[in-house]
Amino acid sequence: MSLLELDNVSKRFGGLMAVGKMTFKVEKGEILGLIGPNGAGKTTIFNLVNGYYPPTTGTITFKGGRIDGLKPHVVCHKGLARTFQVVKPLARLTVLENVMASAFCRTDRREEAREIALEATAFAEMEEWRDRLAGGLPLGMRKRLEMARALATRPELLLLDENFAGLNPAEVEKTIEIVKKIHGSGVTILIIEHNMRVIMSISHRLVCINYGEKIAEGEPRDVADNQQVIDAYLGVAHA
Amino acid sequence: MNRKTILVSAGLLLLAAFPLAVQNPYVLHLLIMTFLWVLLGQAWNLLGGFTGQISYGHAAFFGVGAYTTGILVKSGLSPATAWSGLLLGGLMAALIASVIGWICFRLRGPYFSLSVLALAEVLRLVAVNWKQLTNGAEGILYIPAFRSKAYYYWIILAIAALAFVVIRAVMRSKFGFYFLSIREDQDAAESLGVNTTRYKLYSLLISAFFTGVAGSFYMNYLGFIDPGIVFSISDISIMMILVTMLGGAATLAGPIVGAVLYILVSEFFRVWVKSGHLIFFGILIIFIIIFFPSGIVGTISQSRAGRKLRASAERKAAA
Amino acid sequence: MSPQLAGQIELLGQVLISGILLGGLYALIGLGMSLIMGVMKIINLAHGELMMVAMYMTYWAFTLWHVDPYVSLLIVCPLMFLLGVVIQKFLITPVMEAESILPQNQVLLTVGIGLVLANLALLLFTANYRSVPVSYASKTIYWDIKLGGQTISLSISYPFLTAFAIAVLLGTALFLFLGRTDTGRMIRATAQDKRAAALMGINTRKITYITFGIGAALVGAAGALLDPVYYLYPQIGGPFTNKAFVITILGGLGNIPGAVLGGLVLGLAESLGSVYISLGYKDAFGFIIFVLVLIFLPRGLLGKGRAQ
Repeated sequence: MSLLELDNVSKRFGGLMAVGKMTFKVEKGEILGLIGPNGAGKTTIFNLVNGYYPPTTGTITFKGGRIDGLKPHVVCHKGLARTFQVVKPLARLTVLENVMASAFCRTDRREEAREIALEATAFAEMEEWRDRLAGGLPLGMRKRLEMARALATRPELLLLDENFAGLNPAEVEKTIEIVKKIHGSGVTILIIEHNMRVIMSISHRLVCINYGEKIAEGEPRDVADNQQVIDAYLGVAHA
Repeated sequence: MNRKTILVSAGLLLLAAFPLAVQNPYVLHLLIMTFLWVLLGQAWNLLGGFTGQISYGHAAFFGVGAYTTGILVKSGLSPATAWSGLLLGGLMAALIASVIGWICFRLRGPYFSLSVLALAEVLRLVAVNWKQLTNGAEGILYIPAFRSKAYYYWIILAIAALAFVVIRAVMRSKFGFYFLSIREDQDAAESLGVNTTRYKLYSLLISAFFTGVAGSFYMNYLGFIDPGIVFSISDISIMMILVTMLGGAATLAGPIVGAVLYILVSEFFRVWVKSGHLIFFGILIIFIIIFFPSGIVGTISQSRAGRKLRASAERKAAA
Repeated sequence: MSPQLAGQIELLGQVLISGILLGGLYALIGLGMSLIMGVMKIINLAHGELMMVAMYMTYWAFTLWHVDPYVSLLIVCPLMFLLGVVIQKFLITPVMEAESILPQNQVLLTVGIGLVLANLALLLFTANYRSVPVSYASKTIYWDIKLGGQTISLSISYPFLTAFAIAVLLGTALFLFLGRTDTGRMIRATAQDKRAAALMGINTRKITYITFGIGAALVGAAGALLDPVYYLYPQIGGPFTNKAFVITILGGLGNIPGAVLGGLVLGLAESLGSVYISLGYKDAFGFIIFVLVLIFLPRGLLGKGRAQ
């Protein structure tokens, strides 16, 4: 049984079919990369999985149970967390307090939430930033805070939405390290990313989508060589 | 026990002892009204400042509380004391709030605000028209139980202090963190495990409860209410927002400072300017919003934070 | 047809007519707020007070210089436009562009402005009810319809009819202005996407000044038209502000035809409700429809407004 299964999932907004006939699986313990040109529907898939809106058709199964149609907070409690592309931390609270807020997902007690938050910030290598106000953080740290907040909910499956966008090369290397550490601790990862180098190097498998439909799936090497994928990114050359 | 707690406790004891020393009814009345508005400001602040749900219709809860007590006393079910119907008033307000919340929390931002306002107005019209229950526009009138204001003073001081303690505890707990998450980004909060609908409701229920209790107290203390007073948009709903914003929303001390200022300013203008004195309130609102949008407490803490930042930057530069 | 049935039809007809005529006026009040909300996303809670200002202007023009309200429209509207521009430029814009914990600061600002205006009027003009007793204030037009052997006699209030006609005129003018002129297009562009509009070279700040001015002028016109039929006092604005935001939501933000429809719906709801259900709850009907629409039709009655 796969950890996450999308079966014939589609999402319609009025007349627009944002995602269609989407079927793929995420196996426990792997890092699956979701790639495709801008507007292909990747974030829509995250929103569907996460419960932000329900699919028009199809089913989404997590750990053997249906999650399509469930509200995001329920999905989170089941062990599925996500980060957002446009990060919006609790600006007027400290980094630690931000992570504590998410940690309350797993506990009702303030002390325990604090413990979890200390752990998560250490994992995301943000110890020195703990007492800083989240609103004053530079972009790289804000993205890391996103990851720490998601980690504090003790997920089994983590959805990373463009965590590498806007980072400089040093920050990219650091973030790759952290992602690998997270994976190493037993978390399955589904990641959307435009940075080809990053996604090729850390993903075990790739799914490529375009115009809301899956056009390729498999090992990174194979997907990269797939003509349809190349066409999608570079545009089809008309004879 | 840290220094702050000792100071605050001492202050409270002084305040509690005050009526034993000073019996001037005018002074006591001013203090009673101040404590009432501290209570109201704190109540609104929990939902508005801390949870980010701006309600323009809190008069609904004040009015429900006031009328609960009024009806209770008028129907003979309860004598008119300083505390009759306080608990019931709060509970009724919370009940109404759960209905209003169920309806209005589907909406966000200004739409939420306006819909609460609309429902508060509907309640006012009900109070005006349902004459058998509320005596309509004539209102409810009875003689307050105590001639000395001291009992009322102590009751309202106790409630305001209790509200402070409760709200402070709430904000330090899981509830508080969740309220703040909802305020900052409701969707992100939801994705991180917060049942935003439920927690918004919790915030509203507590807020409405205390507002209802305030309304009940008002009925007992003044002995007269009518729909235009207790369901008033400008005198209650808007003023609750103003008191909080004056002092500083989303701070614990803000509503206290705001209430004190509000009473001082309104008395000053009422006595010295007489008619149309609200004009200065309007000017004050405009002034505060343009120049001190974080309120007094907010601005002070911001400048303190700024000074700290500058000081640490200077230390780093000097090192 | 029986006389009783004819009587029922007559009553219904009367109620419908009053509702529509009132609705036209309401639409004018709502148009201004809808425009302001659509372009600047501000809830202007001083809208009713602006109307009150215009009503006093019209009142004094009539009382001091015997200017007919319909004529003073020509002076009142431009003056209200200027007032709107001044308010937007010096008070609202600085607040809009500042950061704060509660994004609703600018709404509270308008509350403050409303308080100042209402109490200024109270100080200057006292709380006494004023009226503008024009000669045609109670003039009525009778419309007889022959139906099934009975005659149905409907009476139409002349000042209301004129107000309706002028409201239609102004509404059409606004529609053409927004649709056909450059400034109008700039306003619509700013309403759709402020940043994109700015990037395309539109001076969005100036547009907000103009928009608020137009909104003020429209509600000012409504005030002038209302003078012959309403008693005037400083606090008259409040309930009209409430009606304005009900209409705005009914029609969908920034949606002109929607606001017109919203005004008519409100007028009819109040008219029908007050006669057939209860006079005391007249204002409640609008509020209830308002909340229902907010929940079930978030894009407004026409489904074309901007969703939340």
